Amino acid sequence: MTTRSVTGSRPRVRWTYRAVGGFALAVVALTACSSGDSDDSSKKSSSGSGSSSENLSGTVTVFAAASLKESFTALGKTFEKEHPGTKVSFNFGGSDALAASITSGAPADVFAAASPKTMKTVTDAKDAKGTPATFVRNQLEIATLQGNPKKIKTLKDLTRSGLKVALCAKEVPCGSAAQKALTAAKLKLTPVSYEQDVKGALTKVQLKEVDASVVYKTDVKAAGGKVAGVEFPESKQAINDYPIAPLKNAPNAEAATAFIDLVKSAQGQKVLGQAGFLKP
Amino acid sequence: MSGSKGRRWGTPRLRAGTPRLRAGVPLPLLLPALAGLVFLVLPLVALLVRAPWRSLPDQLTSVAVWQALRLSLITATAATAVALVLGVPLAWLLARARFPGRRLLRALVTLPLVLPPVVGGVALLLALGRNGIVGRWLDSAFGVTLPFTTAGVVVAEAFVAMPFLVISVEGTLRAADPRYEEAATTLGASRFTAFRRVTLPMVAPGVAAGAVLAWARALGEFGATITFAGNFPGRTQTMPLSVYLALQSDPAAAIALSLVLLAVSIAVLAGLRDRWMAAS
Repeated sequence: MTTRSVTGSRPRVRWTYRAVGGFALAVVALTACSSGDSDDSSKKSSSGSGSSSENLSGTVTVFAAASLKESFTALGKTFEKEHPGTKVSFNFGGSDALAASITSGAPADVFAAASPKTMKTVTDAKDAKGTPATFVRNQLEIATLQGNPKKIKTLKDLTRSGLKVALCAKEVPCGSAAQKALTAAKLKLTPVSYEQDVKGALTKVQLKEVDASVVYKTDVKAAGGKVAGVEFPESKQAINDYPIAPLKNAPNAEAATAFIDLVKSAQGQKVLGQAGFLKP
Repeated sequence: MSGSKGRRWGTPRLRAGTPRLRAGVPLPLLLPALAGLVFLVLPLVALLVRAPWRSLPDQLTSVAVWQALRLSLITATAATAVALVLGVPLAWLLARARFPGRRLLRALVTLPLVLPPVVGGVALLLALGRNGIVGRWLDSAFGVTLPFTTAGVVVAEAFVAMPFLVISVEGTLRAADPRYEEAATTLGASRFTAFRRVTLPMVAPGVAAGAVLAWARALGEFGATITFAGNFPGRTQTMPLSVYLALQSDPAAAIALSLVLLAVSIAVLAGLRDRWMAAS
């Protein structure tokens, strides 16, 4: 049966509405998959032509683990001040996702990973230049609600029934480190969620959706009092080395080397130390 | 689902016997059209070309994949059921009832269509999370917490998928002739009886199409799910989540999982083909 309406002006309005609705439906429905965190594709940098380290220019693109966010952002500003005309652009995320995008050809100059294993992905693919250097180490800590209302003192306390705990997924460094610590403590812990990166695990505590999560010391520090940190002895068994390396297909190789030098310098180490990282 | 001939449901239809295009297509139109087509089809072709066909049977019979697929199918179906129960009456209200602020209400209802899913997830956390506006009260009164549960996945998916159904059903209702209902009421049926016995059967194809679209959208939901329900295998780890995590450790598995979702999407499209390519 047909559905021609008999009223005067309504059909046109309705058609437009239906067109818009239908179009939206078609577009959105067929692209149904919505990506969670957009993959910040880094900008192509204009390669600096300066050969000496004094006149660097252009953009240096740094792919770095999520846990380095605060300290590297600060170091990036320092770098831009020291070398006018340069710009440091960062892509922070789970080390695995970053390694995956580097091996599939993302144009980056520097990779700083939160574990040797993720760096190995890149070196195995022959995408790194030289041998990666460990520039800091990071230790795990329990993050819990402000004022520690659940009275969490040890790693074992996390296994109490009725306690909601978030861990990092085993695929990302903070997750494998947490598993190592749990194994060392001979504990079995079933979390409510395996988060995609360490910041996700921390955020769930900040939002009070979970009672605790196992993150890095640096993350607890970065949260600045919004969460309480609880140290635990088993974390010594699972200290993460952070390797950094310039990349082979770096569009801006000189600036990459200069940035890595800054990270390794006394000044860089001081900034990283203030963020809670341990010396290599 | 057979398309009932001639019934419209909210998309502008291609009229059968479209104007003859063979009478020369202008080049400025043809080239971008072909480029657009390649742009849309190429990624899917790449997925098929690079699929690990040889190891595919092993990949797809692994426990983890089935767990994720099963959970996805169950939650998407449950979310569609929720959307039907709440969405059809809402669509009727928007299409048939006259009250001030109807346009604003429609805008609010369709907002989740255009809202980035991650934002939806955050909003859900703030509303229904353990510390949320309503969630806090749910927790204290009934001991119900939605995040990190399968129910939470259903909530997240329903939130994102329901607008599809509402728009689709509302479009059908507007296109359907209200005089049939009026006739029924003059013959002594109550408004609800008229809705149940006259309106609903009339718009059934539109409801079905909306339900399929909502189901497909729920199946592909990623952002709101991982934000609100977290990621735990067997409980909240749906297919898109496992694709994302597999991509970081085992790309072959991720491609295999993507193929499954692609197959499901094609099946949905095939089921809806009468609606997209209505030939009267």
